[in-house]
Amino acid sequence: MNEPNHMRRIAIIWFALSVILTPIVVAVIAPTLPPGDATSAADNQLSDDTLLLGIVTPIAVAMIVYFAYTMIVFRRRGEPTEEGPATRDNRAVHIPWLVGTTAIVLFLATFGTVELADAGAGGGEGPEPAFKMTGDVLPVQVIAQQWEFTYRYPTYGGVETAHLELPVDKNVEFHVTSLDVIHSFWAPRLGVKADANPGVDNVAFVKPWQEMSFDIRCSELCGLWHGYMFDTGQVVSESAFEEWIHEQQRTFAPATKFLPKYSTQYFPEPERRAG
Amino acid sequence: MGPIWARVTVIGAAVVVLAALIALYVGNLVTEPPTVSATPAAAHEVQLKLKTEPAVGPQGANAPWVSYLVQNPEGKWIHSTIYQVPANSLVHVTVYQFDSDSGLRNPFLSQVQGTVGNTMTVDGKTMQAIPPEEASHTFAAPQMGLIVPLRGVPEEAENPCEEGPCSLKQAHETITFTIRTGKPGRYRWQCFVPCAAGFLAGFGGPMQTIGYMDGFLEVV
Repeated sequence: MNEPNHMRRIAIIWFALSVILTPIVVAVIAPTLPPGDATSAADNQLSDDTLLLGIVTPIAVAMIVYFAYTMIVFRRRGEPTEEGPATRDNRAVHIPWLVGTTAIVLFLATFGTVELADAGAGGGEGPEPAFKMTGDVLPVQVIAQQWEFTYRYPTYGGVETAHLELPVDKNVEFHVTSLDVIHSFWAPRLGVKADANPGVDNVAFVKPWQEMSFDIRCSELCGLWHGYMFDTGQVVSESAFEEWIHEQQRTFAPATKFLPKYSTQYFPEPERRAG
Repeated sequence: MGPIWARVTVIGAAVVVLAALIALYVGNLVTEPPTVSATPAAAHEVQLKLKTEPAVGPQGANAPWVSYLVQNPEGKWIHSTIYQVPANSLVHVTVYQFDSDSGLRNPFLSQVQGTVGNTMTVDGKTMQAIPPEEASHTFAAPQMGLIVPLRGVPEEAENPCEEGPCSLKQAHETITFTIRTGKPGRYRWQCFVPCAAGFLAGFGGPMQTIGYMDGFLEVV
C-alpha cells in the first residue's frame, strides 16, 4: 500500500481550521478581551492584541494539527516495532522554520516599536516620552507611597487628593512618581500602567472616551499592605469634574498650604528615624 | 550503632530541627495579635483608647520597636493593633501619644480626613491639620477615608517616656476624634510616618508588622 502524503493532509486540515477559527478569534473573541476600548490607550492595546491574535491563531492551529495528526496517525499499534533510523539535517524543515520564525520575530519587534512610538500604548515612557499627546492636556501627578496613591492636579493650584477623577474626552498626562520605594500605578481599564520610582518622573498618556469607574492597583510588590493598595477612580463629565476639583480645593485647603511647590519628583525630608 | 545509622540519625535530627524552625517562622508570620473590643459608651457608641509608645519594652516581643497599644473594656493596656468596633456606630477614639516627631513624607497626610467634622482635638484644642514635620504617627485607614495625624511630644518636654509601659504622668499629647463606622468589614489601618528607628527609610520592622504600627479595624 502506498504511503499517503501526510504533509499535504496536515496542510489541508490546517488551512480549513485556520479559515474557520481565525475570523472567529479576531471578530468574536478578541473584542471581549481586557482592557476593552474605553480609552485611547486601552483601544490601542486591544487593536494590537487583535492583530497579534490574528497572526498567532494559524500558527497555533498548525502546531496543534501537526501534533494531533502525528499522535493519531503514527501511534503505536500492537507490539512495539523496531526503532527507526535517526533523522538529521532535514533542510526542507530547518530552513523554512528558521526563515519563518525570524520573519515573525522581526515583524513583532518592528510592530511593537512603531506602536510604542506612535501611540505610547499607555505605558510609562520615562521623563522624556517618545510619544506625546498634543493640544489641551490635563496633567495629573500620581504619587505613590507605602501604602496609598494620592494625586496632584498642578493646573488647579497643585491640590492633592486621595482619589482620582478624570474628565471624559480630555487628554490626560500622568506624571507617576514615588516618595519611598518602587510601586507601579496600574489602571487596567484605562490601559495605563507606569512604574512609580522614587525621584523619577514617569510619564504616561491616556484619553478616556466614556464615563465609567475603573480600578487602580499597585502592581509592584511594595511591602506589608501592597495587596491593599487599591482604589476606584472615576471618569466623569467635564462639568462634574470641574465641580469635583473645586470641592477638593476647598476641602484640602488646610493640607495644600503645607504641600511643597509642585515638582515632577520629590525628595522628602525628614527621615530622622531612617537607618 | 554503625556509622551509617549514626549518619542517618544526625541527618534526621537536622531535618527535624530545620522543620521546627520553619514551622516557628511560618507560625510567627501567620499569628495575629489578639482582637480587642472597644468599650461600650452609649447606644451605638463605643470608646476606643489607644496609646503610642516610642519603644514597646517588655510588653512586646520586639522591645525597641515603636508600637500602638489598646485599652480593653476592663481598662488593661493590651499590646495589639486589631480592634473590634460595631457597624453603623460612633467610635470615640482617644490616643495618648508618647512619641516624639519624625515628620511626614507626604504633607497631604497632615490634614484630618474622615472623622466626624473632619477635625480632631489635640490637648483639648480643635484642629484640622498639623504642620507635617511635627507628626509622630498617623492613625489612617485609607479604605475608610480616615487619616488622623498625631502630633509628636516636643523634644524639650520634661519627663518623656523612652520605653513602655508609658504612664499618663509622663509627657504626652492627648488626641481625640470620632469616626462613624459603616458596613461590616475588615479594614486595615496603618501609620504613614516613617517612624521605624534604625530601619531602611524608616519603614521596616514595626512599620511592616501587624501588632506594632499596622492593624485592622474589624467592623462587626
